[in-house]
Amino acid sequence: MSDEEVASSASEGEDLGRWADLFGLERPPEPEQDEPKKRRGFLSRMRESLAKPRQGLAPQLASMFSDRPVGPDDWDDLEDALIGADCGLETTEEIVNYLRSEAGAGRIVMGPDLAKALWKTVGERMSPEPPTITLDGAPTVIMVAGVNGSGKTTTIGKIAYRLSQLDQRVVIGAADTFRAAAIEQLQTWAERGDAELVRQAPGADPGAVAFDAVAAGKARGADVVLVDTAGRLQTEHNLMDELKKVAGVMGKVDPAAPHETLLVLDATTGQNGISQARLFGEAVPLSGVVLTKLDGAARGGIALAIRSQLGVPVVLAGTGERVEDLQPFDARAYAQAIFSPDDQ
Amino acid sequence: MFDALGDRLHGVFSGLSGRGKLSADDIDLAMREIRRALLEADVSLPVVKQVTNAISERAKGAEVLGSLKPEEQVVTIVNEELTRLMGETNVGLAMASKPPTIILAAGLQGSGKTTFCAKLARHLQKQGRAPLMVACDVQRPAAADQLEVLGRQIDAPVYRGDGKDPVKIASQGVKEAGKAGKDVVIVDTAGRTSVDEEMMAQLVDIRDAVDPTSVLLVLDAMTGQTAVDVASAFSDAVDFDGVVLTKLDGDARGGAALSVRAVTGAPIIFIGTGEKIDALEAFHPDRMASRILGRGDLQSLMEKAQETVEIEDPKDLQRRIKDGNLTLEDFLDQMRQVKKMGPISQLLGMVPGFKSATRGKDIQVDEDKLGRVEAIIQSMTPEERRRPDMINGSRRRRIAMGSGTSVQEVNQLLSQFKQMRKLMKQIGKGAIPAGLAEGLAGGQQLTHP
Ligand SMILES: Nc1nc2c(ncn2[C@@H]2O[C@H](COP(=O)(O)OP(=O)(O)O)[C@@H](O)[C@H]2O)c(=O)[nH]1
Ligand SMILES: Nc1nc2c(ncn2[C@@H]2O[C@H](COP(=O)(O)OP(=O)(O)O)[C@@H](O)[C@H]2O)c(=O)[nH]1
Ligand SMILES: [Mg+2]
Ligand SMILES: [Mg+2]
Repeated sequence: MSDEEVASSASEGEDLGRWADLFGLERPPEPEQDEPKKRRGFLSRMRESLAKPRQGLAPQLASMFSDRPVGPDDWDDLEDALIGADCGLETTEEIVNYLRSEAGAGRIVMGPDLAKALWKTVGERMSPEPPTITLDGAPTVIMVAGVNGSGKTTTIGKIAYRLSQLDQRVVIGAADTFRAAAIEQLQTWAERGDAELVRQAPGADPGAVAFDAVAAGKARGADVVLVDTAGRLQTEHNLMDELKKVAGVMGKVDPAAPHETLLVLDATTGQNGISQARLFGEAVPLSGVVLTKLDGAARGGIALAIRSQLGVPVVLAGTGERVEDLQPFDARAYAQAIFSPDDQ
Repeated sequence: MFDALGDRLHGVFSGLSGRGKLSADDIDLAMREIRRALLEADVSLPVVKQVTNAISERAKGAEVLGSLKPEEQVVTIVNEELTRLMGETNVGLAMASKPPTIILAAGLQGSGKTTFCAKLARHLQKQGRAPLMVACDVQRPAAADQLEVLGRQIDAPVYRGDGKDPVKIASQGVKEAGKAGKDVVIVDTAGRTSVDEEMMAQLVDIRDAVDPTSVLLVLDAMTGQTAVDVASAFSDAVDFDGVVLTKLDGDARGGAALSVRAVTGAPIIFIGTGEKIDALEAFHPDRMASRILGRGDLQSLMEKAQETVEIEDPKDLQRRIKDGNLTLEDFLDQMRQVKKMGPISQLLGMVPGFKSATRGKDIQVDEDKLGRVEAIIQSMTPEERRRPDMINGSRRRRIAMGSGTSVQEVNQLLSQFKQMRKLMKQIGKGAIPAGLAEGLAGGQQLTHP
């Protein structure tokens, strides 16, 4: 094996360990290696995907975080950096005011203090604890929801893949019966994730498919049932009602189902993300956000605003289109990756 | 959630007399509000700076005219600047002088490229053209299937080639179109992030292989600050000719429209307003400016109404409205017409001031309920529909039974109908109730008590 391959398989093992932690499952034995530093996998991946050239952000940060006293101009630059990352005005102002008061109290003096304090506060605001998804249902039902094209179907495939690696039996319900070829797409992802697919014909009642999937999962002794749903804009009242019905009908098999409802949010989303989280949350209680497409130019700061304003934390981060490109969210590493000048 | 810019500026200028030039301080305050409004609408930061500078220059020189409130004047300037930046008028899609016209759709993952390709094919079919779609997305599972399913819905052929090499599929697709006598080729491509060098290079190869008449960037209206990065990366790579802004049927303010235009100069040509194949519209800069500023879009609403609503004898209807003689039959008719125009919540969003009057509260229009109202009216005799006053207790019970609803619901409908008739009569007499938006919100209770 080349050095590169060793490094990647090592971080694979580390990744799977973190998935095990997420689900409260036993960690699989780790491949032998010398420096299994925690977070390394997530941070380096985030870095790798986020360290691409972006306009404006990095040079300002480099100067702001350099080893010199923090000056009055830095606050405007910091504000711009947060806004540029889609954190939104409200959350940006909260954070800048907080850091200013820290500086006023003498706790931030030099550039590196500012960097550390920013990462810390962003990390804590996003999620003080590592995320968990407890698998205590029989089976545990996880539903995904979100606007069109955010990455729901892909995310289902990626979650199934990790669960299967952790020896969990997974059934997937194809409750997006609306979008053209949505079922075929999910079929491929189910194969990649080594899961069984429960499907009906296009145009079928999504509630009926969801019901079937949960019932099948129960009958077959599955550990987890993942339910895909059609994309819908949060302002479409009828479609939001439909989503409620899909969730409700699963409750007929198991009153606790769906145990988890994940909002799949595209990291390129701007301020509309707040409206998405609010209105989806009103239709079906959300247990967390999956922040997808972090491998692109976007930094996904809207997820910070969502957590601050609505309390819904990010649990998973999507960083590509391959089956391995999804990780349990690490808020500190994320904060450090998105607010780092390239050479940090 | 969002205040219309005018409301905010009203606060800023409330102490002002409304005469003379605006002071530099006033303008600075106004600019702060404008900056906030633009950022909340997702206009990218560098573009916000550019726009506020331009606005500030104009505002400094402007006299505050006696007849106008200063906030109105500033809003007008802002509106004009945004409209100007987005290109003043609507730009159409360029067609090749010698067929085939080749359109290449590109963009990020999930932005709506495949859906757009089918919508465009449909749009061109309606103009008498014969499009062929080419499925060059070999990345996303079932992407070609998706295009094919959509193609079947509109009876447009799809070329899939070997499903492996997108560059080869593209060039063979063009040849195929020639053989089949198609005059438009629409090339669908895989989504790619703007920072993925390999995939961006592939896009360049596809473009070079087919030499398109137009390259279109398909961009999600919900895009945030990265719109500028994305637009400039795609512009550098393939120098796109126009933009398609999708998913504008939601409540996104769509500031990305401004960002993209400002950094690339490419016009926005189409907007996507739904998942259905017909949900494609021309782009209008002035309407988009209003939307970004949270001012609603009366123009689109009127157009939609004119397109879909057929009133048999408008004069007669107007007279009956004026006289307070509206019947339940008229009502049923109107309701069906409005329903044809699209989801009510979407229509209400186009009413200027509606969103700010309701303070972003989620006004829910229960379309199910509309169905029940329809059923109730259908269970009435023609006589009852014309003279709702004759509907007594036993008739109400019969109607409730017949429509599968309750007497309570029938009562509700009747009393609300009476209210509406009264309101209509007032409007008909020219006494527009204070606050059109409030009126509408009240009227809307007809379907959602
Ligand atoms: N680059 C990138 N693309 C993604 C990611 N997640 C999903 N996608 C892509 O986004 C597009 C839409 O994804 P899909 O799962 O179909 O979205 P859905 O409509 O919400 O089900 C597809 O092209 C996916 O390959 C991600 O984390 N990174
Ligand atoms: N509401 C709405 N949904 C849209 C619009 N355009 C596309 N979509 C949906 O967005 C999702 C992604 O579209 P798709 O064409 O597959 O995107 P692609 O990955 O760029 O090819 C699908 O669920 C589409 O139905 C639009 O204008 N409005
Ligand atoms: Mg899907
Ligand atoms: Mg596509």
